[in-house]
Amino acid sequence: MLEFVNFYLVPGLVLGCIYALGAIGVSLLFGILRFAHFAHGDLMTFAAYVTLSVVTGLGVSVVAALPFAICAAAVLALGIDRAFYRPFRDKPAIIMVIASFGVALMLRSAVQFFWGPEILSFQTGIQRPLVFFDALRVAERHIVIIGVTVLLVTGLHLFLTRTRMGKAMRATSDDPDLARVTGIDTERVVRWTWVFGAGLAAAAGVFLGLDTQLTPNMGWDLLLPVFAAAVLGGIGRPYGAIAGGLVIGLAEELSSYPWITDAPLLSPGYKTAVAFAIMVAMLIWRPTGLFRGRVF
Amino acid sequence: MGDAYGLSMYLVGLLTMGGIYGVLALGLNVHWGFTGLFNAGIAGFFAIGAYASALATSAPSPDHVGGFGLPIPVGLACAMVFSGAVAWAVGRICLRLRSDYLAIATIGIAEILRLVLKNEAWLTNGSRGISNIPRPFEDLGLPWAQIAFLGVVLAILGAVYLLLERGWRAPWGRVMRAIRENDRAAEASGKDVVRLRLEAFVIGSMIMGLGGALMAHSFKYIGPQATEPLMTTFLVWVMLIVGGSANNRGAILGAMVIWAIWSATELFTARLPPDWAVRAAYVRVFMVGLLLQVVLQRFARGLLPERPPTPAGEEKAPAERRDLKPLSQR
Repeated sequence: MLEFVNFYLVPGLVLGCIYALGAIGVSLLFGILRFAHFAHGDLMTFAAYVTLSVVTGLGVSVVAALPFAICAAAVLALGIDRAFYRPFRDKPAIIMVIASFGVALMLRSAVQFFWGPEILSFQTGIQRPLVFFDALRVAERHIVIIGVTVLLVTGLHLFLTRTRMGKAMRATSDDPDLARVTGIDTERVVRWTWVFGAGLAAAAGVFLGLDTQLTPNMGWDLLLPVFAAAVLGGIGRPYGAIAGGLVIGLAEELSSYPWITDAPLLSPGYKTAVAFAIMVAMLIWRPTGLFRGRVF
Repeated sequence: MGDAYGLSMYLVGLLTMGGIYGVLALGLNVHWGFTGLFNAGIAGFFAIGAYASALATSAPSPDHVGGFGLPIPVGLACAMVFSGAVAWAVGRICLRLRSDYLAIATIGIAEILRLVLKNEAWLTNGSRGISNIPRPFEDLGLPWAQIAFLGVVLAILGAVYLLLERGWRAPWGRVMRAIRENDRAAEASGKDVVRLRLEAFVIGSMIMGLGGALMAHSFKYIGPQATEPLMTTFLVWVMLIVGGSANNRGAILGAMVIWAIWSATELFTARLPPDWAVRAAYVRVFMVGLLLQVVLQRFARGLLPERPPTPAGEEKAPAERRDLKPLSQR
């Protein structure tokens, strides 16, 4: 039982937090700009590497460097939107998907150019997990990841419910045309969506780097589960994306638990396939997701 | 003399790779150009074709299933059958999804295939890949082996081109275009849209599998890094967009032009000091990404714009894709 909690449940929750942070941005962008943002993963990669530079350059902790990464990712996302996505606002969304595919490759090659293709990490050496009640072993970084994710999500919740911009954002995500005729400045909403989407993606990238390592492909590899989380939660539903992220993260980790026999139910090498299977099943049987999101 | 020989061998190599990419671009043209299906998992179908042909034709080895030592044409046929079968299974599930979702789903397929190729070492020799894949005419010796292989590639490219061009002019091409422009109208006039989409998806994927098989024979090696999206999926998309989607000649031209640019810059970066050479390779990827953006924004119709399918003999002015216009202007 404790083995289950220590090695499957807690890592699943951590992975779920990372997916949730990425999926909120994907879901909001999908809801407001109506396109699948393929460069979201590579935005995460970029932010993780910026954090690495801040950590090594200033000698601060990863959490202290996180605000830098969030700002850098937000500014970068606004620039990318201005240069590569805005020209296609009144064109069919699929053109923006192609453009974002190109942006993803550009971001990744920029990361490889500045930081090199090697595997890097925030910390070296083995870290002892903290032990609670003599048996519950949780790594310190896992507590940090879950804690900061809760803080960020709470902040997002307050923003979405208590501020005018937050309400405008939810309204636009529900129905962009209706929002426009009620006088909401949709371009401003779009800019704020990029700031939040990219900021949360940055946190996801940094946490992934903290939990594992930094590689130029880390974000791209995250794209599939993040999309799966967004679809599961319902497109355009930030709270759904959080739930979707947690479900996908837990499902991926728990799929390799020896449920029936002594062998893992599914070889750990195929974790990604779990996310994919959930996504395809949702798209076929319940395309609105768990939280009744939009269907395009 | 030596220089002229080296240059012509370089050209032969360039045309061979350009031709193989041309086959891949024609496959994507059936998906995106003809029918408007967004396939972001070209690498997956490419890899199935490459592995199928590699396993069928290579000599028996204890490291992986087979090889079966079959003749190369049989290998190419296997490549098309297997990638077509996978495309059929994927298409049955995913083709009813909207374009963005199809794109995500195809990425997922490519991703899972990569996992299979990596993890199932009994089947594929895992991350070490399959080497010693035979290449047609390789016992002719240099330079004739290279030239003969180029001939094979160009013959296959020409055959695929003629078939697709014939199909594009036939009622089949017109119905595909109708589905792309407005699937509901096509359905209302009695076309079985789901079946026709599946048909286009399977045919395009078979062509991609064929391209993958040619690539495996060309390099005589295939490994799981073949499913890396950069060298297949991304490059082929850039080729089709630059060349002009829905134009078969444009797809081939785009493949040749982009491959020429890609390998010419490699010639340049290879001369830099080693430390710089590695970095310059990333600048190259970045520039190709930027080129895609410029073409998308300024020259959306590509080098050779689409010509609507007409009954053989008639010619019409280039057409603009109506499915890529905002609804208000349709």
